[in-house]
Amino acid sequence: MSEIFQSLAEAWGLIITLDADLLEVVGLSLQVTLTAVLIASIIGLPLGAWLVVRRFWMRRYVIAVLNALMGLPPVVVGLFVYLMLSRSGPFGVFGLLFTPTAMIIAQVIIITPLIASIAHQTIRDLWAEYHDLLISLNTTRMQRIKALLWDGRRALLTAMLAGFGRAIGEVGAIMIVGGNIDHSTRVLTTAIALETGKGNFAFAMGLGMILIGLAIAVNLTIHILSRTERASIW
Amino acid sequence: MVEPVLPTSILPLVMRGVVAKVRGVRIVGPVDLTIDAGGFTVVIGPNGSGKTTLLRLMHGLQRVSAGEAFWNVSDDVARQHQAYVFQTPIMMRRYVVDSIAYPLILRGMARRAAHKQAADWAVRFGLGHALDRPAPVLSGGEKQKLALARALIRRPEVLFLDEPSANLDGSATREIEAILQDAQADGTRIVMATHDMGQARRLANDVVFMVGGLVHETAPVAEFFDAPKTRKARAFVNGDIVE
Repeated sequence: MSEIFQSLAEAWGLIITLDADLLEVVGLSLQVTLTAVLIASIIGLPLGAWLVVRRFWMRRYVIAVLNALMGLPPVVVGLFVYLMLSRSGPFGVFGLLFTPTAMIIAQVIIITPLIASIAHQTIRDLWAEYHDLLISLNTTRMQRIKALLWDGRRALLTAMLAGFGRAIGEVGAIMIVGGNIDHSTRVLTTAIALETGKGNFAFAMGLGMILIGLAIAVNLTIHILSRTERASIW
Repeated sequence: MVEPVLPTSILPLVMRGVVAKVRGVRIVGPVDLTIDAGGFTVVIGPNGSGKTTLLRLMHGLQRVSAGEAFWNVSDDVARQHQAYVFQTPIMMRRYVVDSIAYPLILRGMARRAAHKQAADWAVRFGLGHALDRPAPVLSGGEKQKLALARALIRRPEVLFLDEPSANLDGSATREIEAILQDAQADGTRIVMATHDMGQARRLANDVVFMVGGLVHETAPVAEFFDAPKTRKARAFVNGDIVE
């Protein structure tokens, strides 16, 4: 029990002193995850909408695979990206291994199926509502996708936040492709893993508290900015 | 904005032996029917007689399973010059002015111009007070007026309506009927399904009477109501139950 209190004190101490190392780690965590969420949304949201609007015979299988990929094991993704980016891999020439870019790539692979799948479910309901109208107005497929994404934007934030949640707490993949290098690729989750390994439980726990606080803060900010609960009509 | 120029009317619409099937079950047809230019046609008949499906077939929302339906122009061109008002108005999750402007924006009109025009139409349709309100919170009558404004803003040559005043009270119905008469005076060909015999008499020039997915009788409105030719039409006009 004492470790919990000690960790709270430790976390508090880190925050009020604005520990430079801590800020760096938090900053990199946010930078990597937010970039990954942005890229994954740019791919995943239109993909989800496209799968709703476009009818083709493989559609059901693509959706099933997408749903399965939501549970993609991060360690495997990490290994895959590692092999792709390593010196002898196909993209080795870019020298991306053990950089934040590599971590972003891994996270994009992990959360794109998640975002696309949740977006697909949300947009499917909206499409059921809009279908007749958009057909009647003689819209092109692009116009339909645009209307569905725009009018479903608040619900789609949930998909993005789910992606954020998975990415910010992810450790397996970014540990492998980032390497947890101090001042270079160390983020909150990899730092926690390292400190736990070293036996600094209180410090690790303190970092964990900060991680949870960060996730809550980002979610709250998005909800307040988008007025999710206040604009009750859509 | 790209204002499509029509060399000729998209009418007449000619349907020959048109059948609509859903999962192999025939719900309408075979129907032979011609919609000529000019006038106001009402489609009447008991529940489940296929009024809605007939309108959807004409508009292209329902696939033609057998037979053929063709406009005076290609389907692509015809589709751009018709509009449809649904029985339950479909409200997009947008503000009223955005909803009315949407069909214009789809055509490539600039946002500002489209909004200005949409505001004009909203005022004309008695929605001037509600421009900045979200469309889904409007009252039933306001939603239907929004749907009408959205349908008419492109100045369609043909307007289909599926019981537009089914859930409305007297004054809202009267407003909508006035809008429809104005639209007709502006040269819009109207085809409307309705349950309201008084409305059919007030608005229509001719009647399409449907029973069991088939067109049972077509006649000018006065003739249909005063001297229906078929037994079922007679029963229907008299208010008996027709199956």
